[in-house]
Amino acid sequence: MSSLVSSRLHEDIRDNRLILARLITEVENDTTTGRDALEILYPHTGNAYIIGITGAPGVGKSSLVNQLALAFRKGTGKETKPHVGIIAVDPSSPFTGGAILGDRVRMRDLSGDTGIFIRSMAARGAIGGLARTTAQVARLMDAAGFEVIMVETVGAGQAEVEIARLAHTTIVVDAPGLGDDIQAIKAGILEIADILVVNKADLPGVESTERALQAMLQLSNHSGRASSAGSSSTPVWEVPVLRTVSNKGEGAFEVMENALAHLHFLRTSNEWEKRQHLRIRDEVENLVMQTMQQHWMKNLPPSALDKSVEALYSRKATPYQTVKDLLKLSGFNFD
Amino acid sequence: MDQKIRVLIAKPGLDGHDRGAKVIARALRDAGMEVIYTGLRQTPEMVAEAALQENVDIVGLSILSGAHLTLVPRIIELMQANGQSKLPVFVGGIIPEEDVNVLLDAGVKAVYGPGSATTQIIDDIQKLMAEK
Repeated sequence: MSSLVSSRLHEDIRDNRLILARLITEVENDTTTGRDALEILYPHTGNAYIIGITGAPGVGKSSLVNQLALAFRKGTGKETKPHVGIIAVDPSSPFTGGAILGDRVRMRDLSGDTGIFIRSMAARGAIGGLARTTAQVARLMDAAGFEVIMVETVGAGQAEVEIARLAHTTIVVDAPGLGDDIQAIKAGILEIADILVVNKADLPGVESTERALQAMLQLSNHSGRASSAGSSSTPVWEVPVLRTVSNKGEGAFEVMENALAHLHFLRTSNEWEKRQHLRIRDEVENLVMQTMQQHWMKNLPPSALDKSVEALYSRKATPYQTVKDLLKLSGFNFD
Repeated sequence: MDQKIRVLIAKPGLDGHDRGAKVIARALRDAGMEVIYTGLRQTPEMVAEAALQENVDIVGLSILSGAHLTLVPRIIELMQANGQSKLPVFVGGIIPEEDVNVLLDAGVKAVYGPGSATTQIIDDIQKLMAEK
């Protein structure tokens, strides 16, 4: 076991930011050290409030994260200031695997506050708006005592809905002037929003963007949401549409208040428990599938796959039978 | 396992020209590295903080203002205080010849002036990482 992972691991990552930073790298690279650490720390997790921030490229996600972090650090006045962890995901180049992670540029106000920890992550080819290990990195921050964790996705369009599984509260950011893009987003990420934010609200067109979002919400209230909410006594969360001007710091406090209201809603209804169970189930399923895939590839005799491809190409074999055969060769037996 | 070289490209000091830094960032990205770019007008504290939180493998500083003899040693000092004394640092920008050795003595691995080939920088970084 690496020297990073000691019996004092839980204290170490709380007290030592360098150890936390190094462990995040281990987890990001999916090393044995990283996995060991996650296993040891698991009992100390599940305490953080995770907020997801998503939206199309250029709507101002990083700037909003910046303002929200400031708001949380200023506090609501009632409680102690939470420690804020930020994970900002940017895309990797599909050609070189390289990435430019530039979200810190918009978060310069947060520098110098040791209660805030910002980590940039490259998506490393994962689709869905997050990196494959983002949830695990959030778990490390959770164990390190960050009460609030904000996860900013890559600039998202339609299919990048994975954040909704990771976050307790999902904030979808939009901006005026995206025109037809609004239509595109409508079908996709708007459905996962717990809070909608129209950023750059000092730009012309803010009313029509707001109207479009409200209209979309009313539609979904009539269909999916209302019926899935069950009986009328079950509390229902009404998705608010809020305005912000993040580069001037306007509106962030209201976004925070609404996020906390949503957290309260989750806690006081059975939604919290329901979502957490779904999330854990999802994670276990994914891990099992990943592990089985790795097992299959590791135990497959060399050139077995090539032979199957050739047999399929010449139509001497059939696909489903080939799958059965290939699985059997790696020690899986489904008969 | 999926390991990438992580590089911090920072612009400490007050000059407002980040073209050079962006060219380098882009070149390193195209070489398959993950580049954390911090933007303009960073204090030494901000640079050291970013290097710590991002746990980068190497730090590149772009300075055109002439303040390199103050800024660079200060950043190295802060990184040492953070426990990152072995973190390699390279400097790019307009550095007078007589200052190059001063910077190297302060712990800088390499200094790249105007006209340096990005391929050279990429090569140097990859060699340095292979030694690690």
